[in-house]
Amino acid sequence: MRPEGRRNEDGIRIDPEAEAKHESKRAVLSTLVENEPGVLAEVSGLFSRRQFNIESLTVGTTVDESRARMTIVIEETRPGIQQAKKQLRKLIPVISVRELAHDSVQRELVIVKVNGEEPDKVHAITEMYGGETLDAGPRTITVEITGNEQKIDDAIDAYKQFGIREVVRTGYAALARGEQQTAEVEDEVKLTADTEVPADDD
Amino acid sequence: MSDSAQTPHADEVETEATDDRPDEPEGESHVEPIETGADAVVAALKNAGVDYLFGVQGGAIMPVYDALYSESDMTHVTMAHEQGAVHAADAYGIVTGDPGVCMATSGPGATNLVTGIADASMDSDPMIALTGQVPTDLVGNDAFQETDTIGVTQPITKYNHFASSPDEVGDDVSTAFALADEGRQGPTLVDLPKDVTQPATGVEPGKPETPDTYNPPEKADEDAVSEAADVISDAEQPIILAGGGVIKANASDELRAFAEEHEIPVLTTMPGTGAFDQTEDLSMGIAGMHGTGYANMAITLTDCMLAIGTRFDDRLTGDVKTFAPDADIVHVDIDPAEISKNVEADYPLLGDAKAVLDQLSDAMTDSPEADAWREQCQTWKEEYPLDYEMPEDRPLKPQYIVEQFDEAMPDDTIVTAGVGQHQMWAWQYWTWTEPRTWVTSHGLGTMGYGFPAAIGAKLAKPDKEVIAFEGDGSFLMTSQELSVAVRENLDITIVVLNNEAVGMVRQWQDGFYEGRRMASEYPWVPEFDKLAEAYGARGFRLEDYDEVDEVIEAALDYDGPAVVDAIIDPEENVYPMVPSGGDNSLFALSEGHLDEI
Repeated sequence: MRPEGRRNEDGIRIDPEAEAKHESKRAVLSTLVENEPGVLAEVSGLFSRRQFNIESLTVGTTVDESRARMTIVIEETRPGIQQAKKQLRKLIPVISVRELAHDSVQRELVIVKVNGEEPDKVHAITEMYGGETLDAGPRTITVEITGNEQKIDDAIDAYKQFGIREVVRTGYAALARGEQQTAEVEDEVKLTADTEVPADDD
Repeated sequence: MSDSAQTPHADEVETEATDDRPDEPEGESHVEPIETGADAVVAALKNAGVDYLFGVQGGAIMPVYDALYSESDMTHVTMAHEQGAVHAADAYGIVTGDPGVCMATSGPGATNLVTGIADASMDSDPMIALTGQVPTDLVGNDAFQETDTIGVTQPITKYNHFASSPDEVGDDVSTAFALADEGRQGPTLVDLPKDVTQPATGVEPGKPETPDTYNPPEKADEDAVSEAADVISDAEQPIILAGGGVIKANASDELRAFAEEHEIPVLTTMPGTGAFDQTEDLSMGIAGMHGTGYANMAITLTDCMLAIGTRFDDRLTGDVKTFAPDADIVHVDIDPAEISKNVEADYPLLGDAKAVLDQLSDAMTDSPEADAWREQCQTWKEEYPLDYEMPEDRPLKPQYIVEQFDEAMPDDTIVTAGVGQHQMWAWQYWTWTEPRTWVTSHGLGTMGYGFPAAIGAKLAKPDKEVIAFEGDGSFLMTSQELSVAVRENLDITIVVLNNEAVGMVRQWQDGFYEGRRMASEYPWVPEFDKLAEAYGARGFRLEDYDEVDEVIEAALDYDGPAVVDAIIDPEENVYPMVPSGGDNSLFALSEGHLDEI
C-alpha cells in the first residue's frame, strides 16, 4: 500500500507533476511594541534565529511614549511571511503585527555625502528629487532625500557622477493609508477574536 | 560553582549552601512582612502556590536565599549542580502541570541552567527560573560572575525580564509565573540584580496575572469546528495524532471519549505518550523515527488526521514531502505559530485542546465509516509488532529489562529517561496508560535529563513510584545528583542500561558511517553500583537473566535511591527506525533492512 499524494518542502500538499517553489516577495510588517529595554534585541534575534531575511528595520516611539512602532521589511516566501508574523506576535512585548498593503504610505530617508566640486549640479539634482542640502563646504556637500525605495535608488545613481563619499539609509517607515489603522490585527495572526489595539493617542 | 567566598565585594559574607531552617511550630501559617525586594520575590512564589524550589546558592542570589531562611511553606532543595535543579524543576512541572521553580546565582549559575531552560522551551514545559545578577551599577562592566542572562536566555524562554526596582520585583515574578503557566506553557526567567532584591520595600506582590496584551485562544471558531467535524465524519481512513498538548491541556479524558465514540484509531507523538491508554484496541502506539511500524503505516496512509497539540517535529514527520500526503489535516493547537509551520493545516482550530475536543464532539453529526481501515490497522499491528531477539544466556537485552520493570510496577508509575537508545527502549517497551507519567527530554535531546528529573518528579508526587532509565553515557552527565537523592532519602529506582557506549551514536556510526566508532565507546565508565554505594545509595549489578527478577524485587523494595547497573548487549540497536529525513512508511526493522531502504 502506497500513498498517492505528495507534499512540498513547506509541508503543503501538491500535485506531484507541478512541484512549484514559492517565490520570495517583499512584505512590510508594522509592529506595535511595548517601549521597553531589550525589545529591539528580541525582535532582531527572532529574525536571525528563524532565518527570516530582513531588509530593513526602523523603530521609534508613538504618541504614547510607552509604545514604539517598528517597521520591518522582509523578503520571504508566502508561508515564510505568515510564519514571521505569527512568531513576532508571540513575543510578549509585541502588541500587534500587521502586514501593510501595497497602498500603504511608505517612506525612506537617505543622507548622501558627495564631493563638492560641482555645487550647482549637485543642487540641481537635489531640487529634482525634492531633497534638501544639509551641509555644504568646499570639499563635500551632504543632502537628504526622502521617498520610496525606487526614488532613492535613482537619486543615489544620479549623485554617483560627483563621486559619493558616504551614504546612510534609514529603511522604511510606513503607516496604513487613510482610515485604516496600522495597528489593526489581522485575522490570521490574531490570537482571539476580541483582541483590540487602540490608536496611538488613545 | 558559585562560591561567594571568591567574590571581591566586601558586603558579601561566606555562607554554606544549606536547607537548615529554624524549627517552626506545625500548622501555623504566618505571613512574614515584606521588608526587602527578596521578600517580595518569595511572597510572589508563595502566592502562586509554589511548594518546592530547586537550586544552588551563590553570591548574587544570596538575598533571595536569605528571605527563604525563615520560610516554612516552601521547601528549597539544594542540588549538586544547577543543571540538576533545572531538570528537577522541569519534571516537577510536567508531572504536576504547574510551573516548577529553579534558582541559581548570576554568571555560571545562570549559564548552568541554560540547557534545562532550552529543554523546557522545546517541550513547552511550565517553569520559572530565578537568577541572581550583579548589582545594577556593575552591569555591563564585566563584573565578577556577570553574564548577560537576559541576552543568553532570550531565545530559549517564553518571556524573560530584568528586574529593575524592589517595589516591582514581586509583580515581575508573579507575571513571569503566570506567563509560564497560561496559554502554551513554557519557561520564563526573572533576572534579579542584588540591588533590587537587597533594598527595602513594603510593596506586596499582586496575584499571578498575564499582561493585558496576552490573550491565548480558548475556544476555536465555531464555523471552523463544524467544517472540521464534517471532514472527520466523511473520512474513510481517519486517525487521531495526540501530541504533548493533549497532556498539557489535561484533555486525555476528552480524547478517549472522542476516540471511542467515533472509533478512530489513536497514535501519539513522544511527548503525547500517555495521553491515550495503549492497552485500548484503538491505540496504534507511538509514531515517528523510532515509533512502531504499524503507527507509521497508519500515519502515512491516513486520509484524515486530527492532530492535537503537536508541532510536527522532524523526528515525527521524517521527510515532510512524504508525511501523510493523502490526508486532510485538522490541526488543533493553542499556538497560532504552530499552524502550518512544518506541515500545512487544512483545517486549523485555534484553542485549548480540552475545549476544542468538547466543541468537536458536539459538532460531529456522524462517525466516520471506517471498518475496513480499523481492520487494516489491526493487521498492521499483527504484521509489525515491536520485537527483539532473546538469547538463552548473556548478554541481557535492554528491552527485556524495561518489560520486566513495567510488569513489576504499578500503572501510574512515573518513568523518566535520559536521551539515547535507553530512552527509545523505555518509550517503546513500557506500556503507557496514563498522562504525566512519561518524563523525558523530547525536543532538545538532553543527555543526563532522566535522573535529576526523577528527583523533581518524586518530590512532586511522593505517593507515586518513580523509575529513571538512564544510559551509561547519559547517567555520567548528572550522576552527582545521587548525593541529593540520598540526602532527601528519595525512593527512586535508577536503571542504567549500560552498553559502555553512547549507543545511539554508535548505532548511527554502524549504520551510516561504515562502523567508524569515533568517540562513542565508553569502556571506561565506572561500576555504577559501586558509585551508588559511595554516595550512600544501594547499588545492584545485573548481568544474567536468572538474576533479573531478584534484582528488580530488591531494588524496588529498597526504601531509598537504588541504582541497577544493568550490563546489556553492547551491540543491541533500536528498531524500527526511519532514517533521518526519510519516509515514515519505509522503516527498517533491523540493520540488514536499513541498507535496503
